[in-house]
Amino acid sequence: MRHYLKPALFVLCALPLAWLLLRAFGIGGLGLGANPIDELQDRLGEWALRILLATLCVTPLAVTLRKPWLMGLRRMLGLYAFAYLLLHFLTWFVLDQWANVTDIGMDIVKRPYITVGFAAFLMLVPLAATSTRGWMRRLGARWHSLHRLVYPAAILGCVHFWWQVKADWREPAVYAALLSILLGWRVLRSRRRRMTVAAAHAS
Amino acid sequence: MRRRPDFRPLPSEITPREAFVSRRQLLQGALALTLAGTGSLASAANSLRFRKNPVYSTQEKVNSFEEITTYNNFYEFGTGKSDPAERSAQFRPTPWSLTVAGEAEVTGTFSLEDVLRPHALEERIYRLRCVEAWSMVVPWVGVPLGDVIKRFRPTSRAKYVAFKTVFRPGEMPGQRFPVLDWPYVEGLRIDEAMHPLTILAVGVYGEPLPNQNGAPLRLVVPWKYGFKSIKSIVELRFTEQQPPTSWNRSAPQEYGFYANVNPEVDHPRWSQAKERRIGTGVFAPRVPTLPFNGYAEQVAGLYRGMDLVRYY
Repeated sequence: MRHYLKPALFVLCALPLAWLLLRAFGIGGLGLGANPIDELQDRLGEWALRILLATLCVTPLAVTLRKPWLMGLRRMLGLYAFAYLLLHFLTWFVLDQWANVTDIGMDIVKRPYITVGFAAFLMLVPLAATSTRGWMRRLGARWHSLHRLVYPAAILGCVHFWWQVKADWREPAVYAALLSILLGWRVLRSRRRRMTVAAAHAS
Repeated sequence: MRRRPDFRPLPSEITPREAFVSRRQLLQGALALTLAGTGSLASAANSLRFRKNPVYSTQEKVNSFEEITTYNNFYEFGTGKSDPAERSAQFRPTPWSLTVAGEAEVTGTFSLEDVLRPHALEERIYRLRCVEAWSMVVPWVGVPLGDVIKRFRPTSRAKYVAFKTVFRPGEMPGQRFPVLDWPYVEGLRIDEAMHPLTILAVGVYGEPLPNQNGAPLRLVVPWKYGFKSIKSIVELRFTEQQPPTSWNRSAPQEYGFYANVNPEVDHPRWSQAKERRIGTGVFAPRVPTLPFNGYAEQVAGLYRGMDLVRYY
């Protein structure tokens, strides 16, 4: 299990992208439908958010199952989430907006769902850039502080999805509920830790 | 039900229900077949008989039948774009009847055949602009709504026309969850309804409407966002007051009663200045959206003196 999980997850995370590529190139009679740009954008964004939430599942699972080796999956999942997010962003930037920076700038300023989505993307760029062992060493304790940016980024990702839905909020609600549980677990854990530390000091 | 000499009675009024139902079942499946011999539709399987109307048709490149029938917003069948095509097979558009009510001399429930019989079908190739900033060009087959309305003789109190979509959660899986407040309702001002561009469509690409496009009877108002063009209509009501409309009830600050295509008035969450024309490929840029979806010359007069920012 321990030795196969990581390669298995690696392949699993690549499958949605492989499927999109097959559809994009019309292989095996597949296609992206009547509106290929929207389809690419939606599916890439959806998988970015799903894998980001999966990344946030790693720590709670490792702790509650007492399997610290699970932490070794976190970076790979996080980088996969970022890769999907980057493709989502590039689809929007290049195919949807034709790299028209005036229009893009206007959209970022005027459209709250784009503002928060873009902010989430910007927050995750330094995390992907500093994901190597070298950067972990160089930043030391600051690395952990920096990587807490993943929490606001995940919240903004969920908001970004929710704010563009017209009436059917069921899918974003599922993501928001899952994120609430994952963040709630962390809040409770840190509170419990603080109490333990305080109790230790008092005694 | 008040009846006029020029109006044929409903078959159910002259034939026992069991008899006409079984007869309908024999003819079921094709609107064309049930209408065969009435002159408006051909008896050849599934093809409608119509004449082209070049005056009201655009010369632009028409979208493919596949694009028009696989990329739809019809929340009664689900909120995904492919849901209407994939989840509408259970829907039975025949037999169909239309209830006409409210401020009119002729009211009652009529079979679709009786409603359409006196009218000649015509093809109108219209642009369709969705509020989600994509567009298509669709060859509809239908009749001018104004001609149909005249036969019901709306009274002077009829200031608006309200439309209602059928409510059949058994056949329409999207209606099993209240994404919108079912049944879907829409409305037009009477002058908008009487405008020659406004049609009741029964077909697309010369065929009866597929279920996912609003079979068997839908509205098409080409200068308004697509959600105004209500599908699978079962009721038409003439009213003195402005009727409620589904999307306006769902999000009043985002969707107005008028919903005229207007590049100057953005949706609160996205720009309406440009649109993506479906079928132009992955590398085609968005194109500018035109006021009233390019029909300003014909319809701008309806709104003279109106603040179109306030009445969005």
